[in-house]
Amino acid sequence: MSSPFATRLARWMPRLAVAPGFALSFAFIYGLIAWNGVLSFSASRLLPNYEFVGLAQYVALFESERWRVALVNLGIFSGLFIGVGLALGLLLAILLDQKIRAEGALRTIYLYPMALSFIVTGTAWKWILNPGLGLEHLVRGWGFESFTFDWLVNPDMAIYTVVIAGVWQSAGFVMALFLAGLRGIDDSILKAAQIDGATLPRIYWRIIIPSLRPVFFSTLLVLAHISIKSFDLVMALTAGGPGFATDMPATFMYAMSFSRGQIGLGAASATIMLCTVAAIVVPYLYSELRGERR
Amino acid sequence: MNSRHVHRIAIWSVLILFAVFFLVPLYVMVATSLKDMDQVRGGSLLDLPNGLDFGAWRKAWSEACTGTDCGGLKPFFVNSLLMVIPAVLISTALGAVNGYVFAKWRFKGSELMFGLMLFGAFMPLQVVLLPMSQVLGWFNLADSIWGLVIVHVLVGLATTTLFFRNYYVSLPDELIRAAMLDGAGFWRIFWRIVLPLSTPILVVTLIWQFTAIWNDFLFGVVFSAGDAKPVTVGLNNMANTSSSVKEYNVDMAAAMIAALPTLLIYVLAGKYFVRGLTAGAVKG
Repeated sequence: MSSPFATRLARWMPRLAVAPGFALSFAFIYGLIAWNGVLSFSASRLLPNYEFVGLAQYVALFESERWRVALVNLGIFSGLFIGVGLALGLLLAILLDQKIRAEGALRTIYLYPMALSFIVTGTAWKWILNPGLGLEHLVRGWGFESFTFDWLVNPDMAIYTVVIAGVWQSAGFVMALFLAGLRGIDDSILKAAQIDGATLPRIYWRIIIPSLRPVFFSTLLVLAHISIKSFDLVMALTAGGPGFATDMPATFMYAMSFSRGQIGLGAASATIMLCTVAAIVVPYLYSELRGERR
Repeated sequence: MNSRHVHRIAIWSVLILFAVFFLVPLYVMVATSLKDMDQVRGGSLLDLPNGLDFGAWRKAWSEACTGTDCGGLKPFFVNSLLMVIPAVLISTALGAVNGYVFAKWRFKGSELMFGLMLFGAFMPLQVVLLPMSQVLGWFNLADSIWGLVIVHVLVGLATTTLFFRNYYVSLPDELIRAAMLDGAGFWRIFWRIVLPLSTPILVVTLIWQFTAIWNDFLFGVVFSAGDAKPVTVGLNNMANTSSSVKEYNVDMAAAMIAALPTLLIYVLAGKYFVRGLTAGAVKG
């Protein structure tokens, strides 16, 4: 009944409907990644220029003391942030799973930091960790006159304050994921193990925690991803300081690109970050999308 | 029976201890914001404020200095509102249509398209900062609220598409097929059947996008200058303004002001926020 044109239009409508969004995303994601790649092979300093210099920026990057500090910091931060975050989140989830009264209220309390901006939580922690008036002052006021807690301004320890604030912000999120995983476990397995006389810690260690493997995996992925990208928290808490003691790849990239006039170097550091994330995420995405089809 | 009680008490103690750990920063922020500077300097972190003095809040809102100008957080707060509303609405609407197609109108290559888009939700945004600032410059959108809106829409699209797709996959295909037999087309099925069933995922996506965009700092600090800075940038500048007298009470009031919209949403609709978090984590 309808004209051939209308029929064809109707057949193509799904494609037409996603086309604008896809074209924009594709240009945005892959176009700009390629462009950033080009910049990382260029001699760009204060302004982009497209004189090809090969791998010179990458060589300069890995010869830079500041970049190496940023990589070490990323290692320290992500190791502790992921390790402590996972352990704490799992502990809280298991304890909350013991049919606790007021579970809802506790969950709300554990999780609210996740709703806040890293800039807000960084500002708050900066005040708490301030050696002059914060925690140190408080404990000295309790009579421990020689108590010192100056991590925030101590170049060797400042990165650990970022860990404290980061774990505080994200532990509740890990808890929520594990709690969801725990709630998905079939009760009958538990009952059978209990009838066999296994103790509760043993049941958790032997049966429940191993069955949470997929949750571990996706939580690990998300936390790793957060730590590689972490920028806001460092900026608000220490601004990369003292000196560049708490620099991370993301703050290094920002400093080089937007305040130090080293655009080529900034682009090279961004490419390295991209490769790191892609190495973690692409296999995961691939297996998720594959697995679904089966 | 007795050892059971010991167990319960142990579990409760640990849980409460951590509740305190998570609450202390919020308490410190609120308490400090209600103190005057004499009490901040003279007292200690955990002291209750002497009275309810909202002076620091007033100052943070309309008088405190961020860098060189001293108009408080208010203009930044307004910028964030002007930015977040269109960005959330546009990215959610586009995500709904994309998700609808990728879930219910698959065609050859649509899975690949979805996978390619999905990577956008994971890539470190540092990689688009330099070229994007050039593009915004060409279109005369650098340092404008609309520039930020566009960037947030582009970044958010991957996430919103993912949310809607995963939700629509669970809608029965028969629904669509029955409507097609009745002669309904692509858009009519979307408006009449799919969208009315979308309330739960709409709420999750709107809350998720609002929180993500309100809390953003990276784009705010890179792509905006002068009059277009969002509230996170205003707060950070205020807290890092070096002056001879650091007013921690004003900083804490400013942090609370920047936190209030998302905190409010969390308290009112925490369930949906959590659903977004878990949907964001367990992709695919």
